[in-house]
Amino acid sequence: MNLAEIIDVLKLTVLTEKKDFSAIQPSGGYAADLLSCVMTGAPHNGIWLTLQAHGNIVAVAALLELSAVIITENAMPDQATINKANMEDVTLLSTAETTFTMAGKLWELGLRAV
Amino acid sequence: MLTLRAEFHVHTVLSPCAELEMLPPLIVMEALERGIHLIAITDHNATGNIRAVQKAAAGTGLTVLPGMELQTREEVHVLCLFDQPEQAEKWQEVVSSCLPKMENRPGFFGDQLLVDEIGEFVARESRLLLTSTSLSIDEVCQQVEGLGGMVIPAHVNRPANGLISMLGFVPPEIPFSALEISRHLKPSAAVALHPQLAGYPLIQGGDAHRLEDLRGVNQLLVEAPTLAEIKLAFKKSGGRSARILSTSTL
Repeated sequence: MNLAEIIDVLKLTVLTEKKDFSAIQPSGGYAADLLSCVMTGAPHNGIWLTLQAHGNIVAVAALLELSAVIITENAMPDQATINKANMEDVTLLSTAETTFTMAGKLWELGLRAV
Repeated sequence: MLTLRAEFHVHTVLSPCAELEMLPPLIVMEALERGIHLIAITDHNATGNIRAVQKAAAGTGLTVLPGMELQTREEVHVLCLFDQPEQAEKWQEVVSSCLPKMENRPGFFGDQLLVDEIGEFVARESRLLLTSTSLSIDEVCQQVEGLGGMVIPAHVNRPANGLISMLGFVPPEIPFSALEISRHLKPSAAVALHPQLAGYPLIQGGDAHRLEDLRGVNQLLVEAPTLAEIKLAFKKSGGRSARILSTSTL
């Protein structure tokens, strides 16, 4: 399951610049809103589900070279955060769904915790 | 120059988690007995008891700064401090419009009481205060500074609602004047745990929910008890200074 298929099937909105998402293979999934936990818990190259839209999510995603961050419940990062994500080559995705629903759907698609 | 002992983080009975003894005259008396010169009243997302504490302190020499402990949408607690109650009340209007319309459950969270300067009951705040506003930490800093106030993230080292736990690290884009560490931690230990703190002026807050939590370990060397002077003290400008006293010296 590559990131392009995930974006398509889960109807995610891409907030950052488009790229060849079909070339990105997420290693696994992780869900938390405490960034200190994410820094130590999320898998390298994984997909991270969170309600947090603060600019610090970009640094955490870049640190772990995450495949993407899915921001749930329509929480919206500001433009400065989106710009920073583009600079750091971090993919930010958005959905109106809850983190629970997103995690369930990703699991159904075959994504697992690492 | 004045040498002041300051306690920047004091709750009253308007905060559901505060003890019922956190009444204006008792707070003022306790602060004076402990040799504290300046306190800030910082109830959760609320400012309704500030004027009562200021009235209780009138003529005593104790400076009472208007403030609030706000919960951002990232669930970070920040102290918003002002010089004048009018500024805090303007800020309250913004905050009130950004709180969810939910009723407090006193049996679970505790009562939220508005009182007068002698501590008499005035009214119950029925709205749930102990929750997040929809304001981001960046918006809070911009707007509070715009009103002439100052934002200090509260108990940054604390797992619950502390900046570092919630956001992983101190956002470098926000020019915080200072950061507050918990009363249970020595400043040197806080910096050892979180080396990033070394780059910021630190204060230590009593986060006073009980009278005995009023500690006033922040020693300020300033020309006047105002926010502008306190900001200069954090920058160590013109001979001013701010430092955390060790409790053994008090």
